Amino acid sequence: MDSYDLIIIGAGPGGYVCAFRAAQLGLKVALIDKRATLGGTCLNVGCIPSKALLHSSEHFAFAKGHASAHGIKLGSIELDLATFLKRKDEVVAKNVGGLALLAKARKVAVLTGTATFTSANTLEVKGEKETTTVTAKNIVIATGSAPVELPFMKFDGTTIVSSDHAIAFSTVPKKLVVVGGGAIGLELGSVWSRLGSEVTIVEFLPKIAAAYDDDIVRNFTRLLTKQGLKIETGAKVTGFAKGVLTAERDGQKLEFPADKVLVAVGRRPYTDNLGLEKAGVQLDEKKRVKVDAHLKTTAPGIWAIGDVVAGPMLAHKAEEDGAAVAEWIAGKAGHINWDLVPAIVYTEPEVASVGLGEDAAKAANRAVNIGKFNFAANGRAIAADTTDGYVKIIADAKTDKILGAQILGHNAGELISEVVTHMEYGGSAEDLGRTIHAHPTMSEAVKEAGLAVSKSAIHAL
Amino acid sequence: MAIEVKIPPMGESINSGVLAKWYVKDGDVVKKDQPLFELETDKITSEGTAESAGKISLKVEAGAEVKIGQVVASIDATASSAAAPATPAAAPVESAKPAAPAKALAADTQSPAVRRLATETGIDPAAVTGSGKAGRVTKGDMIAATEAKPAEAARAVPAAAPAAAPAAAAKPSGERQTRRKMSPLRQKIAQRLVAAQHEAAMLTTFNEVDMSGVMALRAKYQDDFVKKNGVKLGFMSFFVKAVVHALREVPAINAQIDGDTLVENNYYDIGVAVSTDKGLMVPIVKNCDSLNMADVEKQIALAATKARDGKITLADLEGGVFTITNGGTFGSLLSTPIINPPQSAILGMHSINERPIAVNGQVVIRPMMYIALSYDHRVVDGKQAVTFLVKVKQAIEDPARLVLGL
Repeated sequence: MDSYDLIIIGAGPGGYVCAFRAAQLGLKVALIDKRATLGGTCLNVGCIPSKALLHSSEHFAFAKGHASAHGIKLGSIELDLATFLKRKDEVVAKNVGGLALLAKARKVAVLTGTATFTSANTLEVKGEKETTTVTAKNIVIATGSAPVELPFMKFDGTTIVSSDHAIAFSTVPKKLVVVGGGAIGLELGSVWSRLGSEVTIVEFLPKIAAAYDDDIVRNFTRLLTKQGLKIETGAKVTGFAKGVLTAERDGQKLEFPADKVLVAVGRRPYTDNLGLEKAGVQLDEKKRVKVDAHLKTTAPGIWAIGDVVAGPMLAHKAEEDGAAVAEWIAGKAGHINWDLVPAIVYTEPEVASVGLGEDAAKAANRAVNIGKFNFAANGRAIAADTTDGYVKIIADAKTDKILGAQILGHNAGELISEVVTHMEYGGSAEDLGRTIHAHPTMSEAVKEAGLAVSKSAIHAL
Repeated sequence: MAIEVKIPPMGESINSGVLAKWYVKDGDVVKKDQPLFELETDKITSEGTAESAGKISLKVEAGAEVKIGQVVASIDATASSAAAPATPAAAPVESAKPAAPAKALAADTQSPAVRRLATETGIDPAAVTGSGKAGRVTKGDMIAATEAKPAEAARAVPAAAPAAAPAAAAKPSGERQTRRKMSPLRQKIAQRLVAAQHEAAMLTTFNEVDMSGVMALRAKYQDDFVKKNGVKLGFMSFFVKAVVHALREVPAINAQIDGDTLVENNYYDIGVAVSTDKGLMVPIVKNCDSLNMADVEKQIALAATKARDGKITLADLEGGVFTITNGGTFGSLLSTPIINPPQSAILGMHSINERPIAVNGQVVIRPMMYIALSYDHRVVDGKQAVTFLVKVKQAIEDPARLVLGL
């Protein structure tokens, strides 16, 4: 029976980061995943392949809709879906291949199979050919999450599908209905819409991207609608039959014909068949693994990170969890700031946020100053034809400390990170405004929004 | 070999201080005798230097309260001997550093808004408790510091008032108060001033001096004096000599209480109050009885420069038997100075104003100065105090008395 200092179940961004960090700190580490490739949902069927599809489809949309305005004449523009999807697979292969190299170089033992606790410190790993038992002083549960299934319309993989399938449709569906207006639904809805599908987003809540401020979502919704997505909010899906998705809104019946229905209503923590009861690991009321402030479960020596515990289900949050747990196990001072986890919707334009939103601040009666700056007044955005959206900084009215930011715009996901950095160091909006930003860049809009908090933006009135 | 950098002993009454600033960064290679840190104590601000060359690792943060003898850093001497000769490239970097070591360190650890507020309010971020990452001072901390402490105007020592005025004018409008933490020196001044008033049976006697004699002497001999000595002949040297003269006549003033013992001093180390931007300091001019006027002037000038540059050492401040303070520099007509314990008296000089006075039955205009002697009535009797002040008055009005010992 092989014995390790640390075994991690699940090789997603949380798990592999935990393994790599622990190996750096000198621990003997094993990383278990049921997939033959490392990277978990994120690299194999989630963040990375969807980004590949988004970028390719953006090029397609540009060629069809915008190239001529730039003075670029193209011949007939056609989609070669097979190549399109092949490129995505290559992107995934490159990423997971890189991880395999890193794991090898760091001497992390990679075990392929399904892990089940047989006690608090032993795991049975059922591989394709053989079953092994491994033991460790510390075990980290990093099993991630799985798409939530609607009980009345279960995934069938062809018509009712999850994101796992929606990154690999073999033909462009004529009519695609996406149930759920969150990041995953909006991103994949955008991809297929750009490729020619009639896409309808059906959202139960009164707005899509519900975590973002009302003003951001209003503008975002308008931009997506302009791109051809149909957005139906406040609609409760009731079923699917004979190629028609049915829903209800204010007692009215709605019908949405669909070739395919992507159900993207959320993800659930994945703890199936882990044998947690044998290890003494308890779940909370939402079936997440119960952990304390140091991500320790109710069983000594067992930790849990990422989507399987409470908190935002985001790869970068899982990564920080993983690194911190590795450091704690190695006796170091791990650090995570769960208040500063940025969230991004990778549509075009993107939506990004961190910290406290304007709406949340106002709901909490918190005195804040808001600074906004429109990309329409940013030179680089005008040159690049990416003038949609704006940057919004939310700062404490008294101390000027940045409490949050929301950005609607091209590359918002890249732009948000400097705000996160400022916030990590307790920075004020003035600090943002007094930091040099290269010209001409879209990041200048972030600086200007910082200045706008004290009504001193240079390029806005 | 690692050499410990300790807070040096500062004199008997000083046990602790604040390590106000590091001039070096963690990991810097330092030279022997290079200034490492600024130490603020109750009495003085001084510098700690490197005992040996090497790579320094800091053990306390700037702003920390430190005890005498506490280890605040260690110097790895092997690092420099290995690194310095082997890598000549390190040398220019090192020599480029002394230009503005403290400022540079501060600038890259403080956010731009904090730096702005520090400049505008005069609040030293090093004295502010930081709420940011790793104790960094945020803009909010600076705003809180601005609001938390009473304004500069509340300073205890009147001498500082003129300096405060321009600062107040420069303050941005809107804020009705500026609050900042008192430096240890300022706090100590405040404590001692209040303690002096509580402990001593203090009262003040006044007189006035016709300055025409001294002014005439100065006018007549100033050029020759400057030519010979390189310093100007000021009023202070006359007063120092007059005080020594009067102390000899009235030795009771040159005495102090130590518990149940009365200590009579047979030496004449006179403190001369100097206003600096860090507060009032009283450097001591030693053995004034054996100094000539030029020596007194030179020593006062030297001490004042050292005090204003923050270079003053504890030895410069300790052991005075009597203090002279000149409120006249700032235009004071009349005041009651507070004695500097354990001394028993202090002489206050004031502004010179032309006033009509009666001389031999005639009203004449003379340059007049009020002088005040505050004294500890526990040690000094009223008669002695008045006699002392009269002796000072006579010596100033007729400096020939100093020569003749009258």
